[in-house]
Amino acid sequence: MNIVSDMVVPARAPYSATLKKGQMMKIIDLESQQAVDALFYNAHDLSERYSVQDTLAAQATQGGKFYLETGSVLLSNEGNALVRIIADTCGFHDSCAGACSCESNSVRFGHETRFMHACRENFLTELSKYGLGKRDLVSNVNFFMNVPIRPNGELTVDDGVSKPGGYVELRAEMDVLVLISNCPQVNNPCNGFRPTPIRIIVSES
Amino acid sequence: MSLEPELSNLDRLTPEQYRARYEALQAKARARAAAPAALAAAGALPCVWKTETIPPGKYIVQRLKRFDVIRIRNPEGTPGAALFLWNADDVSERYNAGDTVKLQWTTVLTTGRVLFSDMGRVLAAIIADTGAGHDSIVGPNGPAQAKGAPNGRDNLRLGAAKFGMTRRDVGPAISLFSKITTDADGRFHYAGPPPKGAMVELRAEQNLLIALSNTPHALSPVQESSGAIEIEIGRQAPAADDLCRHFTEEAVRGFENTDQEFAR
Repeated sequence: MNIVSDMVVPARAPYSATLKKGQMMKIIDLESQQAVDALFYNAHDLSERYSVQDTLAAQATQGGKFYLETGSVLLSNEGNALVRIIADTCGFHDSCAGACSCESNSVRFGHETRFMHACRENFLTELSKYGLGKRDLVSNVNFFMNVPIRPNGELTVDDGVSKPGGYVELRAEMDVLVLISNCPQVNNPCNGFRPTPIRIIVSES
Repeated sequence: MSLEPELSNLDRLTPEQYRARYEALQAKARARAAAPAALAAAGALPCVWKTETIPPGKYIVQRLKRFDVIRIRNPEGTPGAALFLWNADDVSERYNAGDTVKLQWTTVLTTGRVLFSDMGRVLAAIIADTGAGHDSIVGPNGPAQAKGAPNGRDNLRLGAAKFGMTRRDVGPAISLFSKITTDADGRFHYAGPPPKGAMVELRAEQNLLIALSNTPHALSPVQESSGAIEIEIGRQAPAADDLCRHFTEEAVRGFENTDQEFAR
């Protein structure tokens, strides 16, 4: 196992990296209950990107779940495999609730929250480095985020269950650009109301 | 709107205070969801200026002005109709599936609920609905499900192209007339095809571009459309006591974000 990069992403900060096919990314929730928002793009054609609906449709027709877990394959808007979840200590990861934004915070939590930092600010900052913008923001993966959809249709963000040092590990199924927002949200329980650092290790065998 | 400037300091409140705020909002959302949905009766649509029939497997694109009302009917109970929406004045603002379900604390989209853009504004309001169910989690089918038949993903992309856009511009969409439920084990279930005569009525709350495709839901066991989708487009501004504008406090704030852009 060869370590390609190993870094700590501060609380509330963005991160991005390009993985070559076969490389692995381990995302470690250092202090527990930290949501990690992620987006994935084909590194050679950035208009091919993660599609939650393709991913859940494929998963559901295989008797699967509305959340992501070990074995889940994250598909693109062309139905191609971007990354696979190969290890996980949390058990479930959301992909239905999207990323927080200043604008949606104003609706969800009150106009007084409009200028608080948000994941879509992080995503736009990272996207701009690759010549991308708001048109390229789609529904993302929320690692370690607990979003039940209850039988009555209720969708909430509940307390996270990931423990200190908990991790999820991905393997790139194509050359893939990975964008991360270490979620800054404090208005719901996704970060235990206290955003904390994460560690990201990229490796290859 | 009241501003509490101290909240713009990220760490000003304690975790306990943030939790109390969150749980108060959640309690109100649960009370709203528990109240019976108001299924508005479908009278004659005022000021109808266009009618159209979408044959099985086909799609339309349509430009709507704020307060145009589109009535979408499913006379034969075909298993789904794929829908995507953009703000006509800035197409980078478009339908956001995650925000639509998260901001309203529910995946159940019916009369009273609204469709949110990525900008915390309302694109369209569901002003009448017969309750067939509309799914924005799994959504329309694509080539993987349709296996050669016309499909929602490709048709919505073609619709985007008719407005000069590309696959970058089509995100997670809605499948109208598609009831999806989840069980306690976290699995999806497709609740069967919609009843014949299902109807939903949307009022444009901004100037919109829409693409609407007569193609099935991704989880429908029947992957070909089984009947026409009929649309009528009329025009009616909301009344002062408009249901959607007062349905939830989140909707109130979403409409505040929207209506002030049209106030001048």
